Amino acid sequence: MTGGYGAGHLAKALAWTTVLYLVLPITIVLPVSLTDQRFLSLPYETLSLRHYANIFASPAWLAAISQSFALAVASTLLAVVAGTLCAVGCWRLSRRASDLVRVLMLLPLIIPSIVYAVGLYRWFGRLDLLDRFLGVALAHAVTAIPYVVITVSAALAAFDARLEQAARGMGASLPQTLRWVILPRIAPGIASGAIFAFIHSWDELVMVLFITSRQVFTLPRKMWDGINENLDPTMAAVAMLLVAFTILLLWLDGALRRRRGGDA
Amino acid sequence: MRRDLGWWALLLPAFLMMTVLYVAPILQVLAISVTEPTLGTGNYERLLSNAGVQRVILTTLRIGLLTTGIALLLGYALAYVIALARPAAQRWWLLGVLLPLWISVLVRAFAWVTLLRRQGLVNQGLQALGAIDSPLQLVWNEFGVVVGMVHYMVPYAVLPMLASMREIDPRLLVAARGMGASRGMVFGRVFLPLSLPGVVAAAVLVFIFSLGFYITPAILGGGKTLMTAEWIKLQILDLVRWGMGAMLATVLVGAILATLAVFSRVVDLRRLFGARA
Repeated sequence: MTGGYGAGHLAKALAWTTVLYLVLPITIVLPVSLTDQRFLSLPYETLSLRHYANIFASPAWLAAISQSFALAVASTLLAVVAGTLCAVGCWRLSRRASDLVRVLMLLPLIIPSIVYAVGLYRWFGRLDLLDRFLGVALAHAVTAIPYVVITVSAALAAFDARLEQAARGMGASLPQTLRWVILPRIAPGIASGAIFAFIHSWDELVMVLFITSRQVFTLPRKMWDGINENLDPTMAAVAMLLVAFTILLLWLDGALRRRRGGDA
Repeated sequence: MRRDLGWWALLLPAFLMMTVLYVAPILQVLAISVTEPTLGTGNYERLLSNAGVQRVILTTLRIGLLTTGIALLLGYALAYVIALARPAAQRWWLLGVLLPLWISVLVRAFAWVTLLRRQGLVNQGLQALGAIDSPLQLVWNEFGVVVGMVHYMVPYAVLPMLASMREIDPRLLVAARGMGASRGMVFGRVFLPLSLPGVVAAAVLVFIFSLGFYITPAILGGGKTLMTAEWIKLQILDLVRWGMGAMLATVLVGAILATLAVFSRVVDLRRLFGARA
């Protein structure tokens, strides 16, 4: 809503304060990561990249990064396939019939991950999935499905259902319709969902604290130990790399959305 | 119905994953709360007799309400300014809201520790300015937890409120001004009432997220300010008291579902949780 009416000074001052409160604490990580000291501080005399060099010289950090990356890719693939098919099915079926499924798919956003983590700890013990790559990938995939369902459903809302009916009417099978008619039109929505699923797995800590110990040791787990044990500037460098990576992913998502907006 | 069979099959992978790997483990938690260590409601009776649990629940409610109140106030001002800004400016404001939302919660907790601890940048700055003699205790207490939690929750407060403010017709505001209403009256009598559904939605969202929040309170509370999630983790991983941990987890889920049920008349749940994407 615009035109003819603007916010007052008080509201603007409060809004600016709030945005600074949201953004400034995160930006403070950059100068701290460039400090020339051995402890957490602002740079004293010069800027130094040695804490970044520390990360790349440390097998432990590199292993955690590569394991987190592999986990995020695996769980994203699972979540995207299951979530996309589910969103398409719900979209095509009547609202009432698929309502239960829709609510089911939102559960991981509502129920706190601590509750799920406790349940997983016992459940995966029984299935022999504790401290295993597959176990974490499955847990992250299941909890990422809502993000995919939401973004793909949004893309489907803008899709003309008559295209699908026309394809079926001309004799295309369901898999053919899916492959050649529906999927190409909702690809940007799927990509958005994939990005959010990836970030979800990449950042996830609570489940990992319960269901992993040594075999699987992810980046958030390593950061958690770092924050609780030794606060050193290497942590700041890792945090800065994570911020840069998140900004890159969000920028990618923005670019995809603009393209989607362009051809609609 | 037979024609729809193929479409139903598409739901199958997600449905199976969700029931076998999500719903089943959670139902098991509910079951453990009444079966371990012995069958019955013994764990729930501790709610009435155990001062430790009661303190954790009170702390959680107090911090949850405080966080919700502050996040709503800050978020409302922010959403109000965004809703009334020009489209080009809106994009920058939104960036300021959405960027923190997607930055790792660990990175944000780390940033707050860097700023607020005894030798942190805030204390150093204040001492250099001569404003204080000895460092202030800003973290590893309730203050630190609230600062970190509000920081996490403001974006979740802004999004539903902004969505409902965007549906307000700006011509209403101009018309009210034109008919002689003061700025305060336009806000109090026109804008605020029309934006209330968004405020309720934001309050529900922030409050239920606060109740089960783990990472930020655990890091910024430093083990001294115990909230529900951290207490559950202590029971299960450190004390191996499954019954008690599962009991409070069940109470937590019950409280969240009850909050949602009460407000489901006012709030469209699907829209609420779709607001994030």
